[in-house]
Amino acid sequence: MQYDVNQDGYYGDFGGAFIPEMLYANVEELRLRYMGILKDDGFKNDFKQLLRDYVGRPTPLFHASRLSDKYGRQVFLKREDLSHTGAHKINNTVGQILIAKRLGKRRIIAETGAGQHGVATATVCALMGLECIVYMGDTDVKRQQPNVLKMKMLGASVVTVESGNKTLKDATNEAIRDWINHPEDTHYIIGSVVGPHPYPDLVTRLQAVIGEEISWQIREQTGKDVPDCIIACVGGGSNAMGAFYPFLDNESVRMIGVEAAGKGIDTDETAATLACGRPGIIHGSKTMLMQDDDGQIIEPYSISAGLDYPGIGPVHSYLHITGRVEYYSVTDEQALEAALELTRLEGIIPAMETAHALAILGKIETGPDDVLVVNLSGRGDKDMETYIKAFENEQD
Amino acid sequence: MNRIDKLFETKKSAILSVYLTAGFPELEDTCHVIRELADKGVDMIEIGMPFSDPLADGPLLQVCNQQALNNGMNVSLLFDQLRSIRETVDIPLLLMGYLNPVLNYGMDNFCREAADVGMDGVILPDLPVREYTGQFQKFFQHHGLHMIFLISPQTSVERIRQIETLGSGFIYMVSSASTTGVKNGFQPEQISYFRRIKEMDLNLPQLIGFGISTQETYRQACKYANGAIIGSAFMKHLMDEGSISKKVSTFINQIRP
Repeated sequence: MQYDVNQDGYYGDFGGAFIPEMLYANVEELRLRYMGILKDDGFKNDFKQLLRDYVGRPTPLFHASRLSDKYGRQVFLKREDLSHTGAHKINNTVGQILIAKRLGKRRIIAETGAGQHGVATATVCALMGLECIVYMGDTDVKRQQPNVLKMKMLGASVVTVESGNKTLKDATNEAIRDWINHPEDTHYIIGSVVGPHPYPDLVTRLQAVIGEEISWQIREQTGKDVPDCIIACVGGGSNAMGAFYPFLDNESVRMIGVEAAGKGIDTDETAATLACGRPGIIHGSKTMLMQDDDGQIIEPYSISAGLDYPGIGPVHSYLHITGRVEYYSVTDEQALEAALELTRLEGIIPAMETAHALAILGKIETGPDDVLVVNLSGRGDKDMETYIKAFENEQD
Repeated sequence: MNRIDKLFETKKSAILSVYLTAGFPELEDTCHVIRELADKGVDMIEIGMPFSDPLADGPLLQVCNQQALNNGMNVSLLFDQLRSIRETVDIPLLLMGYLNPVLNYGMDNFCREAADVGMDGVILPDLPVREYTGQFQKFFQHHGLHMIFLISPQTSVERIRQIETLGSGFIYMVSSASTTGVKNGFQPEQISYFRRIKEMDLNLPQLIGFGISTQETYRQACKYANGAIIGSAFMKHLMDEGSISKKVSTFINQIRP
């Protein structure tokens, strides 16, 4: 495929594996083995069965008729929010835990921002009886308490990270350091299409089930071969890649990724990496990166802990540069409005991250009969405190 | 002749290399610390360029990196500070840091400036061998700088042989699977790794780093390699009260009485 990673682990100029020697053996083992495992019939069966019986796939594709009426086109919602643990993150963790077992690893580590990936990792570790350590920034531990308690109830150790800004970037640093210190028995389950090769490709392939289902569901429900447009929010970019991947080579499918502008891309408080970043190296990957004039990594800001990341998956940097995918950004305020709109029109409370994708509906031009799919990547339970606060302020 | 090569030509054992973070504890302390270390007989110095996200470093050096950044340290300021260092210091000097600030500065510019202020080598732990040979080796060679590669206990024999061929100056042996920081002595498996590397009879000298903090660990490292590198233990000492000159001399006296 035209947009696949090449043999050297690159998407155009982006990607690669910029890792210290201490991680080389681990990453190399994964690089040499992942495709073989993904193509193995035993793995494919186990993965399929767990996605069906444990995660609850296929997730529905829902025709949102009131939302469609409002925007004058056909809007479908891919209901990843109905997955076990409430977001698309579990597709990746189920796949990676099966890989970890095949690599003979006994100990699992993960980073988490909002806690969704942490919960999804702790969940599959409980399922498989593997030790689980989740790194989470102190700021996020405080603002995402319910997910911290869930991880602990699932038997995971949650390590509070005190370095840097104490958010997702720092949690990822700490997870990588843990891996350096435990090279033999540990597998690192990265939560997005970020990190050194082969992670961006591996996570893309594990999430691609989203797009594969959209493909037959859209045919079943509309008679069209493909949707006209697919929309997804982008932090690291795993739910977007999952939805886009099977359609990338079909140029008739328009694709839109939505970044978090925070308080606006012309302010210092933003997480819109493609809008504000320059090429750089973060967490072992060359990609667009928010950095200062000296090449120090800038702490991003977004109301959504899951989009609060100064980098972006290298594949998105490539899809951006080549123009294959259009990227926009929406502010905290626009996302909050979109969350409330979906709740009132369709009775679905979306995750704060997902709300960014929904907020683009009113901003893009499409034909009246166009079929649009929005990847509803997660549910809003974890964001209730943010929503309540925002709407209280509105009423004041 | 590159000062690193000259050093290893004249001295085969008990080489002591010390790491410091540039711009720590105060922005203007960089050259002061370097001069004091050189005065106390240290054989080589690694000057750390601070980075916001130092992945291969433990908690102590993260704190030092952050403080140096808060002090205002950056790559071009460091070159300014080092501009006259060769008037007073003769021993080999290396720059150590992470790739992003260097790429941001421009690899060609970086190598030119580094050579211009009298640096002898560079250590970039997150620059993989393949990227180095593909894009950057020419700049290092052109400016006469050594690129120092790391090996760890997990590095395969095949890869060590490759690094031996591509690297120059010396090989930086990471003593265990770990980030930087003080540990309690060496474990038997570390000693057997040291032996294994010694028996490979590599054509580049080797220095052992990570976890060297005392006279005892320094001596042990020197038994198996040409010398040792001390970082975190020295930086921890620099955090104590007292003048830089006093702190440097008490520390070096502890390691080499």
